Amino acid sequence: MSSVASSKTVTVTVNGVEYEREVEARKLLIHFVRDDLDLTGSHIGCDTGNCGACSMLVNGQLVKSCMLLAIQADGATIETVEGLADGGELTRLQQSFSDHHALQCGYCTPGMLMSATALLREHPSPTDEQIRKGLQGNICRCTGYWNIFEAVKAAGA
Amino acid sequence: MSTTTIETAPAEVVAPQKTWSGQNVPRKEDKRLTQGEGVFVDDIKRHGMGYIHFVRSPYAHAHITSIDVAKAEQTKGVYGTLTGEEVASLTDPFFQLSTPPGAYLKDYALAVGKVRYVGEAVVAVVAETRELARDASELVEVEYEPLDAVVDARKAQDDDAPVLHDESGSNLMWEGVFEWGDLDAAFAEADKIVKIDELHFHRFNSTPLETDGALVEFNRGTGQWTLYTNNQFPGFAQIMMGPAMRCGLDKLRFVTQDIGGGFGNKITSHPQLVACCLLARKLNRAVQWTEWRTDFHMSMSHGNERWFHDTEVAVKNDGTLLGFRTKALDDAGAWLRYEPLGGVIWAQVTPGVYKWRHIRLDFTQVATNKAPCSPNRGYSRMQHLWFTERVMDIVAHELELDPIEVRKRNYIKAEDMPYETPNGCIYDSGDYEKMLDVATDLIGWDGIEQKRAEAKERGRLLGVGIGSTLDSGTNNFGQSRLINPELQFSGNNEVATVKLDIFGEIVVTLGTTPQGQGHETTAAQVVADILGCSIDDVHVRAGHDSYWNSHAGFSGTYASQFAVTGLSAVKGATDMLVEQIKRLGSVVLGGVPEEALELAEGTVRIKDNPEAALPFMACGAIINANNAGLPEDLDVTLNCRYVYRPPFQLPDLERKFGNLTLTYASQIHAAVVEIDPETGYYEIVDYAAVDDCGVRIHPQIVEGQVMGATAQALGAVTHEAYEYDEEGNLLTPNFYDYHVPHALDMPPLRTGYIETASPFTPLGTKGMGEGGGAGIHAVCAALQDAMRGHGDAIVYDSWNPYKRVWEMLNARGAVVTVEPA
Repeated sequence: MSSVASSKTVTVTVNGVEYEREVEARKLLIHFVRDDLDLTGSHIGCDTGNCGACSMLVNGQLVKSCMLLAIQADGATIETVEGLADGGELTRLQQSFSDHHALQCGYCTPGMLMSATALLREHPSPTDEQIRKGLQGNICRCTGYWNIFEAVKAAGA
Repeated sequence: MSTTTIETAPAEVVAPQKTWSGQNVPRKEDKRLTQGEGVFVDDIKRHGMGYIHFVRSPYAHAHITSIDVAKAEQTKGVYGTLTGEEVASLTDPFFQLSTPPGAYLKDYALAVGKVRYVGEAVVAVVAETRELARDASELVEVEYEPLDAVVDARKAQDDDAPVLHDESGSNLMWEGVFEWGDLDAAFAEADKIVKIDELHFHRFNSTPLETDGALVEFNRGTGQWTLYTNNQFPGFAQIMMGPAMRCGLDKLRFVTQDIGGGFGNKITSHPQLVACCLLARKLNRAVQWTEWRTDFHMSMSHGNERWFHDTEVAVKNDGTLLGFRTKALDDAGAWLRYEPLGGVIWAQVTPGVYKWRHIRLDFTQVATNKAPCSPNRGYSRMQHLWFTERVMDIVAHELELDPIEVRKRNYIKAEDMPYETPNGCIYDSGDYEKMLDVATDLIGWDGIEQKRAEAKERGRLLGVGIGSTLDSGTNNFGQSRLINPELQFSGNNEVATVKLDIFGEIVVTLGTTPQGQGHETTAAQVVADILGCSIDDVHVRAGHDSYWNSHAGFSGTYASQFAVTGLSAVKGATDMLVEQIKRLGSVVLGGVPEEALELAEGTVRIKDNPEAALPFMACGAIINANNAGLPEDLDVTLNCRYVYRPPFQLPDLERKFGNLTLTYASQIHAAVVEIDPETGYYEIVDYAAVDDCGVRIHPQIVEGQVMGATAQALGAVTHEAYEYDEEGNLLTPNFYDYHVPHALDMPPLRTGYIETASPFTPLGTKGMGEGGGAGIHAVCAALQDAMRGHGDAIVYDSWNPYKRVWEMLNARGAVVTVEPA
């Protein structure tokens, strides 16, 4: 067992709100966001970095937040699923997921939406191949992905 | 002699009209789920709660010689621990469904004295953070005395096999002989007998992305536990937990909101939930358990692994199949958590979709040093239907017949519906031949030989395969008595309440525990159609809470039944409410006869004078808050609870005969594969899934279920397997090693449907969602077709990774012989 972990003060801006918290050095970014900041929209589906349920944007970069320590995000600007809709108004991508039945249980959806958001920022009108590659880091066990491909395509420019 | 009868009113199928039902309305669930505003179990927090981590066995089989939790307990921030010894003193073993020898198992929330599989929970540690609980678990000192392990079910009954449960005397858990028709006559009538030495259905499960979990609080004043949990069958969990914990079922309050996938895998979390309850009481604080992915893979709900030995099939030269004999050997893993129900569930679909009338199956279930099996999407029927589909393709191959023609020759015909199977099940409706035509059209059957030739030019072997399945839904739990006549279960039920509240809000409560099936939406569609209002006016409460008095013994979401049990309960409660609103309207509108009233546009009004209308808001206000002066005998609450009970009889236990499920949705899938013969690598280049689940309330949700089930099948047939080494170590304990389909893995998919309304259900619906096994069957068939003339291997396993295909191309398949009868 490791000795009692040292901690560090971390400042992050999540969805436009600045937070300052004392964080255990070993704490994963996803646990920090979910447990300490109480932003539970991002989920956890594995313990090996495979599933992508915890995907979020850190300084504009798509990351799996279980693969970063919270202290590594010190000073970062973070975007999570809670920051997508504007005042409860769904984004075009979120609405498209609903329209195309691209979600069932909704557990993978926040991570999937963040990956798709990153994809659409880079490729506003993605090809089928770009969509599949853009989402390959996110596991969905309900839909078989087909409707997700359709939803992302329709949300493109 | 008993015969099966269905006592039900004549079919009353929804007439085609402008209704909410049948339309792809926006799902009510989506607004919160697309914004990260769902509430899943790990999202729930309580002041001062402790996090649970389980210490798990590193051995497949070992005596526990000592456990020392002192160092862990002395660590700052650790709240406490729970050991198997404490569990054994505080609880009784879980009730067993099996007759002896399986009945003798002593199953507790934690291992007591012995471990029986790698990953079995031995000690629970609770600490103030997840990280600390995990670290402190490593300070728990457990001494083991390792024993030999048995991981191959075929060796479990050998004389020298290590015995998992001394109480049972051997590894045999349950066995039964199922025989219907006249086997001797069938084999005498046959022209040929096709013999298959061994087939194997592999071990996998559907790995919901959210693992199991709970937050449990104990109320010392009332002695009641509240379990916020994603268990998908609270009724079953309560029945298992109450007697073990020596408490009434009302002391176990189950609450869910959103569940991140279930697929049957979240039915048997009761051992972990007991540990949570004991810890919440012992430590006098809320405790939280979220299973790690690796823990799920090692210990939770593996799908039943099954062998089929010494199969003999009675066949006519024209491809007519008369019957079969086989010996099914089912590997239950280390404990019977829902088993041995798998020993009878398959019998819901005894003949598959085929007409053969003479069937014998000797079923044996054994224990092995692997994780316990529990229901997994397609539970037990999938294994059996894979077997019947394999038989079709093997017979076609051996007799050099077209597999499609063999299927059409043997399919039960649409005109024979409702059809009584040899074991008394009633297939309610269906048209398999028509579905097959739709499926073959979708993949371009007419041009397939040309594509085969083109593939050959590219050095690829192209094959086409069909998978035909049934998704039997709405269990008659009386079938459990075929396993154990002493069990006091039969029939089925589900509950809904529908009420009109003070301001006219229509509030619906369900007993179900949806995991993505959109129950809030489809329930609202049914209610809105009956009340004559908009679905936006119908508020369906999210999730399940046993405090709402809206549940019954079989409440939950499992086994393909919501469209029947859940929606029929919703319909029943809404019909009651309509009747009450009219009774109230009759009084308030001046004694107008109820027959002269109608519900429309959110009002009850006089048919011939629509302006004389009483809005729902007024109805709700009058009854709930302004009721002075109403007639004394006006029996109206506007709060209606209905329990739907399907029309079942007890099966005839002697003959193992009777109707085991109410509805039979069907699926015909067609797969086209291309194999690279140099490596065994293959791709699914075209795929069609055709579904029939009767009347569809929300076609998009139905199609979504078809797609998801198909994807799971395609993952299972090519990639997913819980593989163990000879010492019982799980080789695929996480998503690195256990490859589930990713976006890049998905083949092109075409979906189709037909609708044959069920004559047995109030809405003409059938339960659906589990039909994905067809994908496994179709790909196995396509691989075999592709290898025709290239080694001619017979596909013998449901799991066909590229390596196995390469091996088969190099002449390793099932051993099949054909003998004259």
